[in-house]
Amino acid sequence: MDIRIENLSRRYDRQVAVDGISFEVKKGEILGFLGPNGAGKTTTMKMITSYISIGEGSIFIDNKPISEHAEDLKKSIGYLPENNPLYHDMQVIDYLEFCAALQGVPNNKITERVKKMVQDCGLNAEKHKTIGELSKGYRQRVGLAQAMIHDPAILILDEPTTGLDPNQIVEIRKLIRELGKEKTVILSTHILPEVEATCDRILIINKGKIVANGTAEDLRSQASGQEITKIKIEDADRQQAIDALTALDTVDQVLPLQGDDLRLEVISRKGKSSRRALFSLCASKGWILTEVIPVETKLEDVFRSLTMN
Amino acid sequence: MFKIWIIAQRELQSFFDSLMAYILLVLFLGFSGLFTWLYGADVFISRQTSLRSFFSIAYWTLFFFIPALTMKSLAEERKTGTIELLLTKAVTDRQVILGKFLSIVMLIAIALVFTLPYYLTVASIGPIDHGATLLGYVGLLLMSATYISLGIYTSSLTNNQIVAFLLSIFIGLLFHLVFDVLAANFTGIVGELLATLSLSTHFESISRGVMDSKDLVYFISFITLCLFLAEISLAKRNVIK
Repeated sequence: MDIRIENLSRRYDRQVAVDGISFEVKKGEILGFLGPNGAGKTTTMKMITSYISIGEGSIFIDNKPISEHAEDLKKSIGYLPENNPLYHDMQVIDYLEFCAALQGVPNNKITERVKKMVQDCGLNAEKHKTIGELSKGYRQRVGLAQAMIHDPAILILDEPTTGLDPNQIVEIRKLIRELGKEKTVILSTHILPEVEATCDRILIINKGKIVANGTAEDLRSQASGQEITKIKIEDADRQQAIDALTALDTVDQVLPLQGDDLRLEVISRKGKSSRRALFSLCASKGWILTEVIPVETKLEDVFRSLTMN
Repeated sequence: MFKIWIIAQRELQSFFDSLMAYILLVLFLGFSGLFTWLYGADVFISRQTSLRSFFSIAYWTLFFFIPALTMKSLAEERKTGTIELLLTKAVTDRQVILGKFLSIVMLIAIALVFTLPYYLTVASIGPIDHGATLLGYVGLLLMSATYISLGIYTSSLTNNQIVAFLLSIFIGLLFHLVFDVLAANFTGIVGELLATLSLSTHFESISRGVMDSKDLVYFISFITLCLFLAEISLAKRNVIK
């Protein structure tokens, strides 16, 4: 099922939480929802899941507006809210059965679905414990299990990997990626490497507005556009080397780095690459290049530059 | 209807899992048993083969126990955030409220079923008015349902269970006692209005063995109103000021 959001806005009292955002998520796509605290991620998710009403604008799921078909559409959404609220006095298996029944899984399929979820989320050893006894990571797995119990076409996950240990994170990401092949997934997170590892597309939102929308690659090139290379040269005179490098016509700037060795940061002109020219220059002068490190703009930097102002 | 039943089942289960149900049953049967058989105006002193003494005790014990059962129904779900998970499932606000209402009504009904031996005992001592006794039970159940709906409403107003409990006792006391006392002090239309508002008037007329449609209308409209208000207060999350 596809989700289409048009000019969505929502206020709390006077504060604008979401301010006219529009985007689309297609079936088989995993959308990473990024943004600083209070950017409006959770509010948007709450509106998609019909927990709170839509302020202005509209949300369509398979071209049906959710404001009119909420009861119907809720069945095809699996939701893991922020902080993963669960009934702590219930047993894992009872809770999953309860959720399955509420989501309209037919009675004869409930046991089978619960079994599958227990297996997929690695809850087998814990299935008879009460949820309150579980560690945070296991609770998170229960949260994921209840979201997927009715095999929904849409998954909305608000920070799905918080509280998990690194091994579990890898497993859950793998699970989400597999699910994402046939479902529509929106996940929000603060963890930037997670978005790169799991998501097909990234949406950065700040102060209720979308500030970036594209793949991780798109965002990186949008943000810098200039190639940066760190190099170390031996057997060369410092000033001579800097002058010669600056004279190359693809090079914009040469910045000497700290230290006794001759380490330089070479910034190319926009859209140009100077790595070949660098090598030829050093070869012709008889300088020895002992390090060439391409510097990638980190997603962190992109995120910071888009959301800090 | 099916969804309401699923929610009610879970709620009832959680009362038994959390010992709440057992505590209620033991206290309720202990108190009502003590005052019906052993202490004060009990069956042997009043020398009547009726359960009137039990009904008047249950009238007060249930009044205090019910807010203790209803106080967490919505307040806790809001506090822990589980309400969000519940309402984003394929259920409506109304189904959630009715499910919770039904579960506590069932719990009280279970408590009342355990007092049937009282009835059998008294009936074996002498002739008992079966109709009046049956209506007494109906009266208790209607009264309980009324306070349950009130308790669910007050629980929907706050995240704090204690506040919900006290608010429910406070509002309940007006209908349970205060209006009745005031009604005796006023004459004319005011007195009549207060008597009509008072829950005790309606409860007594039922437990005397007279089932008037007026009483039934009173209880049903009270319950409907409270549950409706609870639904409104749950829907407040949607209001944009």
